[in-house]
This record gives sequence, C-alpha cells and structure tokens, in this order.
Amino acid sequence: MAGTAPVADTAGAGEASGAFLDVRDLKIHFPTDDGLVKSVDGLTFQLERGRTLGIVGESGSGKSVTSLGILGLHNKRNSDVSGEIWLDGKELVGASQNEVRRLRGRDMAMIFQDPLSSMHPFYTVGNQIIEAYRVHNDVSKQVARKHAIDMLGRVGIPKPDKRVDDYPHQFSGGMRQRAMIAMALSCDPELLIADEPTTALDVTVQAQILDLIRDLQQEFNSAVIMITHDLGVVAELSDDILVMYAGRCVEYASVDDAFHRPQHPYTWGLLGSMPRLDRERSERLMPIQGSPPSLINVPSGCAFHPRCPYAELNDGKSETERPELVEVEPGHKAACHLPLEKRREIWADEIKPKL
Amino acid sequence: MSVSTSKTPADETRPVQEGEPLLEVENLGKHFPVTAGLLRRQVAAVKAVDGVSFSVRKGETLGLVGESGCGKSTTGRMIMRLLDPSFGKIVFEGQDITKLSQGRLRPYRRDLQMIFQDPYSSLNPRKTVGAIVGAPFRLQNIEAKQGVKKAVQEILELVGLNPEHYNRYPHEFSGGQRQRIGIARTLALKPKLIVADEPVSALDVSVQAQVVNLLEDLQDELDLTYVVIAHDLSVVRHISDRVAVMYLGKIVEVAERSDLYERPMHPYTNALLSAVPIPDPAERGDRQRIRLQGDVPSPLDPPPACRFHTRCWKAQDICKQVEPPLVELSPGHQAACHFPENTTVSATDAVAKAAVTPGTAPSEDPEPAE
Repeated sequence: MAGTAPVADTAGAGEASGAFLDVRDLKIHFPTDDGLVKSVDGLTFQLERGRTLGIVGESGSGKSVTSLGILGLHNKRNSDVSGEIWLDGKELVGASQNEVRRLRGRDMAMIFQDPLSSMHPFYTVGNQIIEAYRVHNDVSKQVARKHAIDMLGRVGIPKPDKRVDDYPHQFSGGMRQRAMIAMALSCDPELLIADEPTTALDVTVQAQILDLIRDLQQEFNSAVIMITHDLGVVAELSDDILVMYAGRCVEYASVDDAFHRPQHPYTWGLLGSMPRLDRERSERLMPIQGSPPSLINVPSGCAFHPRCPYAELNDGKSETERPELVEVEPGHKAACHLPLEKRREIWADEIKPKL
Repeated sequence: MSVSTSKTPADETRPVQEGEPLLEVENLGKHFPVTAGLLRRQVAAVKAVDGVSFSVRKGETLGLVGESGCGKSTTGRMIMRLLDPSFGKIVFEGQDITKLSQGRLRPYRRDLQMIFQDPYSSLNPRKTVGAIVGAPFRLQNIEAKQGVKKAVQEILELVGLNPEHYNRYPHEFSGGQRQRIGIARTLALKPKLIVADEPVSALDVSVQAQVVNLLEDLQDELDLTYVVIAHDLSVVRHISDRVAVMYLGKIVEVAERSDLYERPMHPYTNALLSAVPIPDPAERGDRQRIRLQGDVPSPLDPPPACRFHTRCWKAQDICKQVEPPLVELSPGHQAACHFPENTTVSATDAVAKAAVTPGTAPSEDPEPAE
C-alpha cells in the first residue's frame, strides 16, 4: 500500500500529492425538505495507477455517490460538494464544468450497474461508442467506427463488425455490459470506475466480465475503483479495500488484511453474513442486527453503534463520540473505539472460528 | 423421457422425515406461444420449462438454481398454479392439482404459499400491514380464535416485526422488513409448502443473512417445506437439503446438498460452482476456473439433444444427437450427462444404456474416447 504516508513535499490543502488519484475529505451533501442528507461525509483515499480499490458497503452507504462525485456528475444546484479530488495533478471539485467534461471519458470513465438503462435505446451500440470517441479525438467517422469495432472485438463480442450496428436491446445482458466496458475504455482512460458492474449478471457471465476487467487493467495499466456489495468480487479483484458505512470510511486495508485481520465490527458483520462455498456449511449465519441507518438521521457518535454487538464495551463513548479513522497497523486504518488489543482478541476468539 | 426415479429411503439424511413426498412434479412443461400476423397464428414457442420432474418431501428444502432464463421461476409459478402448465402433472399431497379450476383450487391455496422476490412491488402500497397480512384470513373465511387482529399481530411478532406496526403502510419499512411482511403474509394460514422465489436477492448482505436465518427458524418451528428458487449458489447451499440445477428449461442435476457441492457430476454444475467468486484473497491464484463461453442459448430454439453441448468443453458427437436422460448415478444423485464427472466408469455406462433403451435415437457408440 503506497500513498498513505505523507509525500515529501508535505502535500497540504490545495496542493497535488504524488498519488494518481487523491481524494481528500470529500463531502457530498444533499439538502432536501426532510433535512440534510450526508451521503458522503469526509472520505479520504488515494489510488495509484495499475491498482484496484474495492469500495464495499450496503445500499445507502454512499459508495455510488462517491463515484459520481469523482466524475463530477452531480448537479451543483442541488448538492453540496466539498473537499478535494486530485486526478493526476488536477483538482476536480473546484474545476469548471467544461474542464471536468474534457477529462470525463478521456481520463476517467465509468461502467454503470445496469447496462440496459444506461445505454441509449434509440442509438446503435456502435454510434454510442463512436460518439464517445469522437468527442475526445479529432477523427473521421470511419476511423471512429473502426475503433468501435476494434473495441467491441477486444471485449469479446462475437462478429463485432456486424454487432456494431445493433441496438442495445438486441444484446444479451452480458454482451451489453461488455459493450458498456468497450465504451468506457474507448479513450484509454487512466481511471476506471466500475459501479456494481456484475450485480445484474449471472455468475458465469460475471466471471467472464471480471476476467475482462482484470485483463484490460493489465493492458492499459489504469487505476480501477470497484464498487460492490459482493465481498467475493472484491476478494478476486482488489488490491485494497475501503469499507463504507453511513457515508464514512470505517475500515481501509489491503485485501489480505481486510479478509484475514479485519479490525472493525462492521467488517466482521459483513464477513459473518455471507454464506460461503469455500467453507464447511455453518449451521447459522451471523447477521448484523437491524438495518442500515437513514442518512438524514445518522446515529450520534459511531454511526454503527445501534447495530454493533460490542458498543457497550466503550463506556458510552460509542453514543457520543465519533471514532476517527486511525492507522492501527501500517497501511491498515479503522474507525472504532474498541481498544486495539480487545479487537484483535474478539476477532481471533469470537469471529474468526465461526466464519 | 421422464425418468423420475422415486426416492429410496437410502438417501435420507435428515432423521426426522419418513420420506413421504409432499409435492411431486412429473414432466412439467410450459411453452409460451409466440404469435404473429393478423390471425395471431402461433409461429414458435418459448420453451421456458421443458419437462422437469422432481419431488419434495415433507419438511425438506429443495433448492432450484440456474441462470436467468433457465425456467426456475416459471416452474415455481406453475407449482403455485399462477401459470397453467402446458403439459405435465403436479401432485400435491396425493391430489393432482394440475387441472383444478380456480374455485376447486382455493382450499389448496391455504397449504401452498409463495414468497416473492421484490419486496417493493409485491406489497400493495395502499394497504396497511394489518390488511395485507390479514387478507388471507378474509379470503379463506377463517375465523381466528381471538380475532384476526390478534392473529396478525402474533404472526408479525413471529417474523420479527413489531406488532404495533399493524397500522403502518409498506413504504414506512426498509427492504428487509418488507420481506418479513411478505413472509408474514405467507405464514398467515399455516401453509404446508412455501415456494420462495429469490427471497433474499433484493436485500443487502447483512439483511440477507437475517432473512435466511428467519426462514430456517420458521421451518423448524412450523414444520414447513420449502422450494427455494435462487441464483445465488452459496445461499442455496446454506438453506437447501437437496438442490436441483436447471439449464434451459430442464433439470440437469439433482442431489443432496453436500453431494452436489462436493461432487458435482454435470459439467454445467461444475462450471457454475467454479464461477462463484470466493471471498478469500489467499485463494485468488490457485483456483482452477472453468470459463463458459458465450451466453445461454435462446429458449425459442434450444440446441438439440443435450442443451448444454454448445457451451460444454466435454461435448462429443453423441451429445449433439442423443439427449442424456436424468439418471441416478449414485444413491440420491441424478444427473443428465453423457460424460459425468466425479463418477465411476460404470456410471457412464449406465447413462449410455439409459440413453439408448427408451429413445428412438440412433445407436451411437457410447464411448468415443474420454
């Protein structure tokens, strides 16, 4: 894990650091009639080229909002975005819409969850890829079309020269997702954000798509942010993991640490909730009690405390004081009041044997 | 074909049951007509389900897995008689319910209930929870002992909801709670068989585990029998006693849970299992992956003979000519494949024999090299 240590030139506020993508204290709030929705509330992370960051969390934890925020896809009129996003030395939050638009697609691209609703039903798949390519490259239609066919072939669509003229509805779910990936990669972006890219797909197709993303990442050496709720997908693909809960990062670790030495009760809960094929079948799953909080009324103190089985071990600190994200081991951060020794003990004695 | 070998007591692992089948399905099929032209002439048929046979014993959970479009939900809906089967037979508690009229079927509705996938669209937004869960009482003209309200509140408590929420509307609940309301509704009349169509796939991981645990507790408490339809193989392994794998409208393999997950015989089952991402980064490099190419063929025009042969890496000529019957290759383990894995040579012979005897098929040499 590189990049967590402060860079030599003390990258303070308003200065670029060495990391390729550097998100600092990102806050995305939506004022609504019912109150302020704090979808993302102070998120900080770095990502280098060629690495994959997995963002994990339940619905409503702010993971998709984060990705849309990086791409600058929020309407500034109904959302408050603050903090800093540095992409390859350029700051995005304060940048003008036009600047961000130039970067979007060329330097950063996104694969959306539902390929049917995120492609235009009225234009052929080829046209949509050609459009994306021609916006950023001054080429003729013929060249762009050739490029589109090339990309479709690259992501494994059979007979790309024929399928390029098909409409999205003529593709199957897996092929649509491939076409989406082809579109996202058409301008060789350096940052690729995949928002639940396989959730709508069957397992066999999911395996194909994950392979494809992995191969393409190696080929283009791009940075990938993988947003998902499926810990299996994260374990397969990511180098680092960021666990989000109620708009904040509760744990940040390398993939090994996150699965073998997690330090946050929420991560334990996620691991315990999953039935696993690689283990003996357990009699019962260990779910997290309750349900994710509303982002309008985030619980006081540690947002996880109403669902945390260890909340009362902190002498009431859980209800009043928000735990800060601190580095507990090199490259491993967690936001929890429990003393580190106690956490290690609980993990080793209570959680791990039952997984 | 329909080689529905009746279950021998030998493959009984759960000691409580006596192996009495609650539900039997024989050669069940559903073809949706495709019409064209002014006269709505039928030009083709979507063979959503094309002859499946299985039985469900009292108190057990049968898992039905497969990719989208394999006909698992259609099968579930036919069992519920929400769809009329094109052919085949559904026998519930010894009574053939395939052709019963809606009126004659009504008493059986009490015993047969369904949990739907989407907790957002399966509850009427204009009705209170009390009205939704109480509706079965009204429809079946059942007098609850201490009144319907009391009965409903008891059920709400049983599924882990607050009985005081009786007068709330569905939108006031979270996804997991709504799914509990759906479960409460199915439980209202103490059914014998519950068909659960993707009961947890719309829920968050942590909530998913709560609902899975709830379904298991209810089964123990109320002596329920489940048919669980799901695409998530790990969830199915967790809740099922037996698992049936479907591909393009046919069952390709049925076995006890541990048998199926440890010794899958059909290549498709193998491929499915190896495609599931394992949440353990340590195993990232070591796993042997079977990568299926392409997509599931269209059920409008399924491949002849073995339907999996277009994507199967073991396919030989015989797979394109003779349909492999579903035969029992080891006690309680049925598979429909000419070249099953994890099995002995004699089992391969058994398939070949079974394939040749009933059919009109050409007598192919059954062993063109392995």
